[in-house]
Amino acid sequence: MDTFVDIVLLAFLAICAISILTLRDLFAMAMMFGLFSLITAGLFTTMDAPDVAFTEAAVGAGISTILILTTLAQTARREAPRPRHNALLPMVVVWITGAVLIYGTADLPAFGDPDAPAHNHVAPHYLQESPAEIGIPNAVAAVLASYRGFDTWGEVLVVFAAVVGVIALIGLRRRPPGVTAGPVAMEQHDVLRVIAKLVVPVILLFGLYVQFHGEYSPGGGFQAGVIFAAAIILYALVFDLDAARKVIPPGWLNRLPAIGALIFGGVGLVTMLLGGDFLDYDYLREDPRAAQQLGILLVEIGVGVTVASSMLVFYFTFAERGRGRRTGNGETGA
Amino acid sequence: MMALVIDLLSWALILVGGAFGIIGGIGLLRLPDFFSRIHAASVTDSMCAPCIIAGLMLQSGFTLVTVKLLFLVIFLFLTSPTASHALAKAALHGGLEPGEHYDAGKAPGRKR
Repeated sequence: MDTFVDIVLLAFLAICAISILTLRDLFAMAMMFGLFSLITAGLFTTMDAPDVAFTEAAVGAGISTILILTTLAQTARREAPRPRHNALLPMVVVWITGAVLIYGTADLPAFGDPDAPAHNHVAPHYLQESPAEIGIPNAVAAVLASYRGFDTWGEVLVVFAAVVGVIALIGLRRRPPGVTAGPVAMEQHDVLRVIAKLVVPVILLFGLYVQFHGEYSPGGGFQAGVIFAAAIILYALVFDLDAARKVIPPGWLNRLPAIGALIFGGVGLVTMLLGGDFLDYDYLREDPRAAQQLGILLVEIGVGVTVASSMLVFYFTFAERGRGRRTGNGETGA
Repeated sequence: MMALVIDLLSWALILVGGAFGIIGGIGLLRLPDFFSRIHAASVTDSMCAPCIIAGLMLQSGFTLVTVKLLFLVIFLFLTSPTASHALAKAALHGGLEPGEHYDAGKAPGRKR
């Protein structure tokens, strides 16, 4: 039965990929990308990886689609026609690369093979010792925030760097020239307003649950940050950008990604000052397990703050830019 | 005996939900214009998913899973019709008339 589900999902993935290649309508392509992510999330779920599936569904199918659509609202709807050229050479290169990759899979261990190198290096230690060393039920959170905390810090810094890039490139421009009209204003949409008022608090609450329950169930800072940002983006879509900006003043919002990264790095520095290595939570408290749990909690808060504020910075920057010409006062938060 | 009845009921609900899913899919492909297609798609939202979830709730019994599924149904009942409504309204706003065929070449909404 699992095999059947896998085959169906993989077939859908292939169909999605081919239709993205053949489509010329960029909005339809954005939706297909979302669908692609959602199917991938389904595949992760069948592999018993709910944490990854959660991230894929929230980031890939949720927030990326919104960001792509917001960007498309300012550019063209259709892909420019490509110049005709000889496809023989690219075709040969692609076929050879594909053949080499398929040949390479012959040397890979079989799917789920317990003797695979990935399952014999540090993974058994993580799985068997994490209840004794860290004492939280979700081993994924233990690996992500504690054993592999340094890697996760790198991921947070990547998100932070993306924010710096967006702000440096388009965030501080006052009057963007030559943009087309943005999305339709939502003035008389009573149904949307009522439902959004009902749903937004629930989404925020769910985000907090995912953030602080991530040690016990699938979830954590990345997913929670995205869910939190999604609630505020929904608010901004239905009620107007200015109303959402009142909720989070832009001056603060632009600093929050850095604050989140500082929380994460600060925990590492504190552990160094207390005599341990960078991000070695054992030194935070007397009891190593309580110390580990405290460290994971703090670090996940840093991740959540950075991710949530980054997504909001992206959305606000793009949406504000799209609004620029329509309302005539394209002010961007400094 | 009771377990068998619940099991049968649950499977009946899941099958009905699946049937509505297929009906919605056929409608989405076969119905002529944009607005009737939204109608077909909303059949999957408002009939297929709740029926399947109700079947799953019967399977899981009085557990936390059932409560979570209940929350899911409530969330779907709130958001799916809203999504259909927003879609239809956006299409009307963009200048698509009911009965008109969607033509990607001269996409509506550009004449504003």
